[in-house]
Amino acid sequence: MARDLKVSVWRGGADGAFQSFDVPREASQTVLDVVTHIQRALDPTLAYRFACRVGMCGSCAMMVNGVPRWTCRTHVDKVAQQDELTIGPLRNLPIIRDLVTDMREFFDKWARAKGEFRGHATRKDDFAKVRPDSPPRVQANAGIECIGCAVCYAACDVVAWNPQYLGPAALNRAWTLVKDERDRGGLERLRAVAGDAGCHACHSHVSCTERCPKKLSPTAAIAGLKREVTKAVLHGDL
Amino acid sequence: MTFRGEARLWIAQRASAAVLAVCVAVHLVTIVYAVRSGLTAAEILQRTRGSIAWFAFYSLFVLAVTVHAPIGLRSVLSEWLGWRGRARDFALLLFAAFLGWTGMRAVLGVFA
Repeated sequence: MARDLKVSVWRGGADGAFQSFDVPREASQTVLDVVTHIQRALDPTLAYRFACRVGMCGSCAMMVNGVPRWTCRTHVDKVAQQDELTIGPLRNLPIIRDLVTDMREFFDKWARAKGEFRGHATRKDDFAKVRPDSPPRVQANAGIECIGCAVCYAACDVVAWNPQYLGPAALNRAWTLVKDERDRGGLERLRAVAGDAGCHACHSHVSCTERCPKKLSPTAAIAGLKREVTKAVLHGDL
Repeated sequence: MTFRGEARLWIAQRASAAVLAVCVAVHLVTIVYAVRSGLTAAEILQRTRGSIAWFAFYSLFVLAVTVHAPIGLRSVLSEWLGWRGRARDFALLLFAAFLGWTGMRAVLGVFA
C-alpha cells in the first residue's frame, strides 16, 4: 500500500476547476477517507459534507469518477482506476463550494410532491392496524429506506433536461405515502406528482435504480404513480 | 397544460404504442411475406385495392402514428431544445395533421 492515489478534487463554485492531490493508499480506505485526509493533512480549506460515516445519514454523496456515490461506503479499491480518482460535487444541484452542493431545491421538491404524511386519526383513536403482508404495505416498504442522499437525483438525466422535474427521490417518497393506508393525501398528492414536472416526465432510464446505494427502485415507484394517476384519470377523479 | 391534460397525453401515447406494436409487427411480416413470395407491385395492388380489411388496418396504423409521434416529439422538444408552451403544442398539432394527411394519402393510394 505504499503507492499514492492521484486524486482530482473540484475546488470553487460552478466556475471552479479540479485540483490534484497525492493521497497515501490505506487498507479498506473509503472515498470519504480520501477526502477527509485531504482536508486534515493537505488543505484545510476544502469544503465537504459528512455526518454518520456508516451509510445512514445521506450527507456524503459526491460524484466519484463521474458516477454519483455515497462516499462513506464506497471503497477506493472498487472505484479507483489505475490509482486515480476524480471527486466532484453532486450533479444537477447548484455548487456552494468545492464538494458541497445546495440541497434546497432537492428537498423543496419533496414538499412539492406532497411528501409529508397526512394523518386523520387523533390521539384518542386506537393504533392503525396495517398488516405487514398486505400488498400496499409491501409496496410502501420497498421504498421507505431512502436516506435522502440525492444520488438518484444526480444520476437522473431527466432532471438535467427538465429542471422542474420533481426527481426520483421525491416521487419515491410520494409513492410510499400513496401506498400508506393511514395517509389521507390521496388525490391532492396524485395531482402534485402528475404531469410534465412529475411522474409522466420519467423515461424509465433506470439510472436512479442503478445508482441508489440503498438498492431501492424509484423507477418502480414512479411506474406505480403512473398507474395510480391513470386509474384516477380514467375514473374521472382527477 | 394541466396535470390532467398531461396525464391524458401519457395515456394516449401508451395506448397508441400498444396499437403500434401490433401494427408494426403485422406490417413487417406482410412485407417479408410479399417479398419472399415474389409478388409484383401490380399483384400487391390487386390484393389491396378495394380491400376494406387492409384499408381499416392501415388507417388504424396511421391514426396510431398520428397520436404517438407528436407526443414523443413534444418531450424531445421540451427536454433537448427547451421549447415549451402553446406555440410548441400548436406546431405539434400541425405536425400531427401532416402525418395524418400524408399517411392517409398513402393508404388511399393503395386502396382506391
